[in-house]
Amino acid sequence: MAELTYRDAVAAGIAQEMRRDDNVYFIGEDVAAAGGVFKTTGGLLETFGPRRVRDTPISEEAIVGAVMGAAMAGLRPVGEVMFSDFFATCWDIVANQVAKTRYMTNGQVTLPLVLRSANGGGLRFGAQHSQAVENWAMAIPGLKVVAPSTPADVKGLLAASIRDDDPVVFLEAKSLYATKGEVPDDEHVEPLGRAVVHGDGDDVVLIALASMVPKALEAAQRLRVEHDIGCRVVDLRSLVPLDMSTILEAVGATGRVFTVEENPRLCGWGAEISSIVAEEAFYDLDGPIVRITTPHVPLPAAETLEDEAIPSVERIVDTVVKEQ
Amino acid sequence: MERPEGWADEAKLDETTRLDLYRKQSAIRQFEQRAYDLFLQNLVKGTSHLSLGQEAVAAGFGAAMRYDDFSFCTYRGHAHTLVRGASMTGLMAELLGRSNGILAGKGGSMHLTSTEHYAMGSYAIVGAHLPIAAGAAWAAQERGTGQVAVCFFGDGTTNIGAFHEAINLATVWKLPVVFVCENNLYMEYTPISSVTAVEHPAAQRAAAYGLEPLIVDGNDVDEVYGIATTYIERARAGEGPALIEAKTYRKGGHSRADPAKYRPPEEVESWLARDPIDLYRARLLELGFEAAVLDDIDAQVLVEVNRATEEAKAAPPPSKDLIYTDVWADGGSQWRN
Ligand SMILES: Cc1ncc(C[n+]2csc(CCOP(=O)(O)OP(=O)(O)O)c2C)c(N)n1
Ligand SMILES: [Mg+2]
Repeated sequence: MAELTYRDAVAAGIAQEMRRDDNVYFIGEDVAAAGGVFKTTGGLLETFGPRRVRDTPISEEAIVGAVMGAAMAGLRPVGEVMFSDFFATCWDIVANQVAKTRYMTNGQVTLPLVLRSANGGGLRFGAQHSQAVENWAMAIPGLKVVAPSTPADVKGLLAASIRDDDPVVFLEAKSLYATKGEVPDDEHVEPLGRAVVHGDGDDVVLIALASMVPKALEAAQRLRVEHDIGCRVVDLRSLVPLDMSTILEAVGATGRVFTVEENPRLCGWGAEISSIVAEEAFYDLDGPIVRITTPHVPLPAAETLEDEAIPSVERIVDTVVKEQ
Repeated sequence: MERPEGWADEAKLDETTRLDLYRKQSAIRQFEQRAYDLFLQNLVKGTSHLSLGQEAVAAGFGAAMRYDDFSFCTYRGHAHTLVRGASMTGLMAELLGRSNGILAGKGGSMHLTSTEHYAMGSYAIVGAHLPIAAGAAWAAQERGTGQVAVCFFGDGTTNIGAFHEAINLATVWKLPVVFVCENNLYMEYTPISSVTAVEHPAAQRAAAYGLEPLIVDGNDVDEVYGIATTYIERARAGEGPALIEAKTYRKGGHSRADPAKYRPPEEVESWLARDPIDLYRARLLELGFEAAVLDDIDAQVLVEVNRATEEAKAAPPPSKDLIYTDVWADGGSQWRN
């Protein structure tokens, strides 16, 4: 075990897979010589050389399209889209080509590829570099959607995403890049579609993803100490596949459900989970399901505004106390 | 724009190649005519975009490709898929939405694919497949397979961003990909000239990416075959991509039963007088081929088209279970446990 940042775990995950499989390639804007705008991929060029780690023009359609074509023709490529907001510039290739081609061709085409991107707010970049877009990707049949909350999961889930034979949208929380955690030195692969439960409180369950997980954990701690409310926190880790059995088990154990979502409110992932819980575990509920989300606004830039818009530890605590 | 040095000399084409070019065009023509009839009979639902009048492009490139070269085409892709060797019954049945369709009815006319024949798909969002073709070429380059990707698209496609992104990347990475613009003068209903900054929408953009401006008579299959062979083999030899503009014309409308009234009659007349198959037949006869040999090819093709039609019509619709298959590589569509 070594302590790594979330940022360094990205390169560690890619490196692990590039060493294992010669067909793994990595491309994107400023990713090779410069090591990425968030310095997530430093050292890969030096280790694996300029053919396997390659800078591209500012051409998101070409990046994602090339990754798709290469995956059709025998590689297992990873492409970076610098900021997840930029998926809007290549959404045709993601949503119409990558996601649909296997189905439309009755399984003739297999697309083992990963599209990594820095997702969400917290860095005061303003609305075009800050949106949490996990619900965009979740809405498209044919895409797997993975979003880790810890450095260990960055490495393990990225490795699993690269090994997966389906297209994976891998969303890194840019507000977590500087966070640290223990990461296994040895080969580390975490299966996709398995949520992790923290704590065993039986009053409420907080369901969270990526950047919202550390906040939910801190809120759970405060709810226990300051309000004697016992929480368990579900870290979803992936939206597709979705580990509903873990969620439903936590609902059964607690009876109160709070989702903590960074995506803007309408059609956020919590809406889907709420609807499934209402359909399948209604009689386990002791009160309404409550969604704690970023309001349905483009994200503002100024520190105070951004912090107010994205769910905070205070907002989670206050909401749970009020609703409980 | 000059004809560059080194095109295959069509005078030297051997007899087998010539008959193959004739057969491929005849197959496309008769398949497409049948597809049109079946559309009018309401047996082909949805839509269908035919290559009637544009046969020489698909046939010439089809004959020039190595069996394992990748091809990528558009919704107007029956022809391009057929010439790679895909089953005619499978294609016809796909148009009819039958269980023996090449995609079991899940793709339809606009998405014909036969990876077994390296026909890597028909793409229905204008421009999308250019970067994908570049990606396949990139994989071929890295894996050292010697494969080339050939990517077909229309004149209208030269005004969308993906065209420019893909060609730039292909040049910068020196990818083995040949981009083929079939300039049939129209997008859907609007003439390309009315919305494009330059007269030759592909060829005059080539210089921006350091490529030669290449124009070929897309109704002359020997010319198409010549330029195709030259630039596919150049790409295979590691000399990078090419962008070729083939001037051609649709015999009919854009799709479905479009009567194409937006085209001036004199223009239609002058192009129909240059029907690629009529031209080729006349050339072959002049070169001493027997009419009976050509008639025999046409007759064999007709038998094949009839059989494909009957086999498609006789097949049941696809099983409803297919709705839930092949979203994922495990064959299923589960998104939760
Ligand atoms: C991105 C996009 N915009 C619009 C359309 C609708 N559309 C389908 S075919 C077509 C015309 C394309 O013209 P061209 O590239 O010349 O190809 P052709 O049909 O002439 O072969 C249009 C506008 C589309 N499919 N995709
Ligand atoms: Mg056109």
